Amino acid sequence: MLEFAVITGVKAFMVLNVLLLTCAWTTYLERRFLARMQSRIGPNTAGYRGLLTPIADLIKLLFKEDFIPAAAHKPLYLLAPLMAFIPAMLPLAVIPFGSTINLFGREINLVVSDFNLGLLFILAMTSLGIYGIIMAGWSPNSKFSLLGGLRSSAQMISYEIGLGMSLIGVIMLAGTLNLVELVEQQSSILDWYIVKQPVGFVLYLICAFAETNRSPFDLPEAESELVGGYHTEYSSMRFGLFFVGEYANMVTVSAVATTVFLGGWQGPFLPPVLWFVIKCFAFLFFYIWVRGSLPRFRYDQLMKFGWFVLIPIALANILITALFVLL
Amino acid sequence: MFRVLKEVFIAIPKGMFVVFKQMFHKPVTVDYPFVKPPMAPRYRGLHFLERYDDGSERCVCCGLCAASCPADAIYMEPAETERGERYAKIYEINELRCIFCGFCEEACPEEAIFLGKEYEFASSHRDNFIYTKDDLLVKWPRTKPSEVKFLRPMRRVAWQQSEEGRPQH
Repeated sequence: MLEFAVITGVKAFMVLNVLLLTCAWTTYLERRFLARMQSRIGPNTAGYRGLLTPIADLIKLLFKEDFIPAAAHKPLYLLAPLMAFIPAMLPLAVIPFGSTINLFGREINLVVSDFNLGLLFILAMTSLGIYGIIMAGWSPNSKFSLLGGLRSSAQMISYEIGLGMSLIGVIMLAGTLNLVELVEQQSSILDWYIVKQPVGFVLYLICAFAETNRSPFDLPEAESELVGGYHTEYSSMRFGLFFVGEYANMVTVSAVATTVFLGGWQGPFLPPVLWFVIKCFAFLFFYIWVRGSLPRFRYDQLMKFGWFVLIPIALANILITALFVLL
Repeated sequence: MFRVLKEVFIAIPKGMFVVFKQMFHKPVTVDYPFVKPPMAPRYRGLHFLERYDDGSERCVCCGLCAASCPADAIYMEPAETERGERYAKIYEINELRCIFCGFCEEACPEEAIFLGKEYEFASSHRDNFIYTKDDLLVKWPRTKPSEVKFLRPMRRVAWQQSEEGRPQH
């Protein structure tokens, strides 16, 4: 029992730290790639080619004034960043990073928790994140935050349906919600669920972009339209938590997409963990690439697209998949 | 319906490919504080007051620059040396008022004031923008060769010949 606790604790600690570091340096990667796509240079001053930029950002955020509006509902105001931040990291607990390895004479599963309802757990945690946004929108008693929070929560709730439905096709084919088993099923490239469920993958992609509030669905914080969305009234590291939470969401969504559709850690020649990282970063690069390419949706277009296009296609996909499974 | 499908499956990948290709182009911006962009030859930046080749000031404090200044940014007070040469005792330009039109440069009959290429003179205090004669006059001896091609590089001969005292009227 003690051994299990220690091993799990160490794994959780490592995953958490790797995730936080990945989030920090994803901001750097995003700024660099986006700059190159827009014919700019991007941050290149702090450290070699600007590699220390995230640390500089962190120091800057920590030393800023931690401001709490006078009219704010304090408990909720203080709780909201954590509510946005923590659910963003939790899904990583069930995602397998590689097969088992031998360490100090023990077989160690490279997954924090080999959990039978893994996929459901991920969907549940993604839904929890909305509470943070609603609280952050409502508690500071500011109209800009409230509008941003409303937009954001409406968008996330709408696209969550599509997100769940896009995964149902995979679940039906796999017959399991356990992510470790899901990865083991995708041993050859033809067994990857992106091949078996291309429509599901595209739907997941679109819904994931909307779910993480990224362009072209970045209406909640549309810089050119709103003041700043639900985190308008936050400053210092509280804002930083929202920021990290958003990037943690991106990393999580990439990891889920890798696990469910792209074969997880499966791949030839290279070690499994490396394959997982490569696939994740390819997905993150795609995020940045889309941000550099596509313009923002209008709000009514966003809602119409979610309800009248994505959900019907997802339903049709489920129906067709069900027919195939049945036959 | 067909149009929408065409947009989704042809137009979007096409656009994204253009963006991807863009990543391998050289950036059009320069790495500013380390690399400075090339300046236009007639760029009008911070003013400077020129000198003759013997180091004496060119400005005779005639006031034409101040008169031509549309922003009224120039203030000057004249004085005379013991040899009877007129010069500017006080010469101040308020760089916050200045619109960098270059009229002072055009009006100057003595080829004394010019607008240089310097543009990095930001400050967090208003008083630092009143440039006095000490700030404006080029250093003597020159630290670098003059950027200006003068029509009249030497002092007028008549002045040079009057050896001592006031010139006789």
